[in-house]
Amino acid sequence: MTGTRSDATVTPDDTSPPRSGLRLPGGREIGRRLFTANETWTILALVLIMAFFTVRAPNTFLTTNDLSLMAENTSPLLIMAVGQTFVILTAGIDLSVGSVLVLASVVSDEYFVHNGGGKGGWVIVLIGTVIGVASGAGWGTVQGFLVSKAKIPPLIATLGGFGAALGVSYLITGGQDLGAPPGPLADTIGLGSVAGVSWLIVISFVVTLVFGLILAHTRFGRYSYAIGSNPEAGRRAGVAVDRHLIKVYALAGALSGLAGLISLAFNNGTTLTGHTTDNLTVITGVVLGGASLFGGRGSMLGTFIGIFIPQVLNTGLQIIGLNEYWQQVAIGIVLVCAVYLDQFRRRLRERA
Amino acid sequence: MPEESTPLLEARDLVKRYGQVQALDEANFTAGEGEVTALIGDNGAGKSTLVKSLAGALRPDSGQILISGRPVTMSSPLDARAAGIETVYQDLALAPDLDAAANLHLGREIYWFRPLRILNKPEMRRRAVTAFADLGVELRDVSAPVASLSGGQRQSVAVARAVAYASKIIFMDEPTAALGVLQRERVLDNIRRVRDRGIAVVLISHNMPEVLSVADRVEVLRMGRRVARFRAADATVEQLVGAMTGALTTEEATVRSGNGDSAGENGNGDGKDAA
Ligand SMILES: Nc1ncnc2c1ncn2[C@@H]1O[C@H](COP(=O)(O)OP(=O)(O)OP(=O)(O)O)[C@@H](O)[C@H]1O
Ligand SMILES: [Mg+2]
Repeated sequence: MTGTRSDATVTPDDTSPPRSGLRLPGGREIGRRLFTANETWTILALVLIMAFFTVRAPNTFLTTNDLSLMAENTSPLLIMAVGQTFVILTAGIDLSVGSVLVLASVVSDEYFVHNGGGKGGWVIVLIGTVIGVASGAGWGTVQGFLVSKAKIPPLIATLGGFGAALGVSYLITGGQDLGAPPGPLADTIGLGSVAGVSWLIVISFVVTLVFGLILAHTRFGRYSYAIGSNPEAGRRAGVAVDRHLIKVYALAGALSGLAGLISLAFNNGTTLTGHTTDNLTVITGVVLGGASLFGGRGSMLGTFIGIFIPQVLNTGLQIIGLNEYWQQVAIGIVLVCAVYLDQFRRRLRERA
Repeated sequence: MPEESTPLLEARDLVKRYGQVQALDEANFTAGEGEVTALIGDNGAGKSTLVKSLAGALRPDSGQILISGRPVTMSSPLDARAAGIETVYQDLALAPDLDAAANLHLGREIYWFRPLRILNKPEMRRRAVTAFADLGVELRDVSAPVASLSGGQRQSVAVARAVAYASKIIFMDEPTAALGVLQRERVLDNIRRVRDRGIAVVLISHNMPEVLSVADRVEVLRMGRRVARFRAADATVEQLVGAMTGALTTEEATVRSGNGDSAGENGNGDGKDAA
């Protein structure tokens, strides 16, 4: 800090209720907070959708097996959604997530294939993971530069990144999916579980928790909110806005890279064609979780709940026997509705 | 003569162009410590542009800024902050989605565990509550997003932030514009208190009685230039308005105020000698 003094210091023993009447959260206050919190509505939506499918398909939907399978399926999406949350909070967007996932999994698997293939050990897995995460981070950093320094709108910068990352993946592989990653990755991580919970779920939940804490309790998180809320306010308060944006896009890239390894483990190989609509799903999940595309508002808890909605819709529609193409239609509609709701909330707020 | 001592803040020949618009046209400005300097002028005269240039929020195209006679560059708000300068911007520069406590500490967060930059939110909240209480601002909830506050409350948050941290100079760009009578008086009281701490206060206002009641000196900006300076005690509202509208020519302003010994000098008579 600079030599400025703070006249606003308080003696540490001043724990009595503040004079200007910071209200103690009583029952009504908590009720009001719950009612206005976006997460409440997200949970409600999720429960309603689940209830709908449970009624429609009483004995198939919502079995334990289904729940954990859904969570496993969602784990790469959840990890990408964590990064996307930071990006959207800064009033940006990252369309490149699915392609960066593919790119990272290709780069890692390329390394695995040349280092013992399926017979590689934990060390190989570790090195490959670092390579994958680093390539995702590198890709994200470039996109961050384009957004913050070159002033290219995030939509365009990451749309370019989306196409280019996939192109590079095809160039590396020649269009053929790469095969089996090392045993520890494919078997232990991909199939194994710890204390009855799949490793995939453990990893994605821990990532969510860690970055949720970072978002809520560190300067990094606070600056993300501040920049999305009013970048000029941040700048004038001495926040290095451009540098922060680069970090945020790098983080999103790194997490897409990690999702690439999760996907590699889960699918026992790369899946070049499987991720073209991941961005749609991830952004839908984050927006359903209450994050505003205008920046400044959102939470990791919301994202955590919201990202399951597309997955539940998918599974549910499948079970009630709807043509699988309808799933994309449904998710598209849900996204548009969610954004409309956000607009609506925003207008309400601005009128107030 | 007070005129001869080096002023705490001096701007010389600041120029700022926005395309065709010449917002600052070789503007001069001075502010002294322990003094309230009112900066007045018609809409679009360049007041906000001048303040932003002096606060590091904007880079002037040319010109010189001196603090205690030493030339400084204000290339970023951090430079200004390091020099003990705080600003209440006309547009307030608050993050509407953050609460008052977070806005108050934006860019100078307090940590619970510094190596990991983990925030100490309760402490920041406590300090915010005291800062607002000191200012006499009633904020029911420092944890409510600033967007949910009234215009006047937002203005109070911006003022509180500047007052809490300024150690040398404080710029206030129309800090009372949205305030009720009571809050306005409180802000004016605070301006006096801050001044008595030895801080240079620069107040932009369109309210002439307010200017004359709180300011020690008045500098008038017109079309990007300083056209007159007054000692508030000697000035009348008619004179100020005349200088702002150009009805009172620069010479007249100089002659009239220059007649008295304590009066300012010709605004156009450029940035003087300053040792
Ligand atoms: N960002 C900008 N882009 C273009 N022109 C600008 C910009 N900011 C200010 N100007 C122009 O510069 C001139 C001075 O503006 P400034 O905001 O400094 O006036 P002001 O004296 O603060 O007026 P007010 O009393 O209305 O606040 C105006 O003509 C304005 O149109
Ligand atoms: Mg102005």
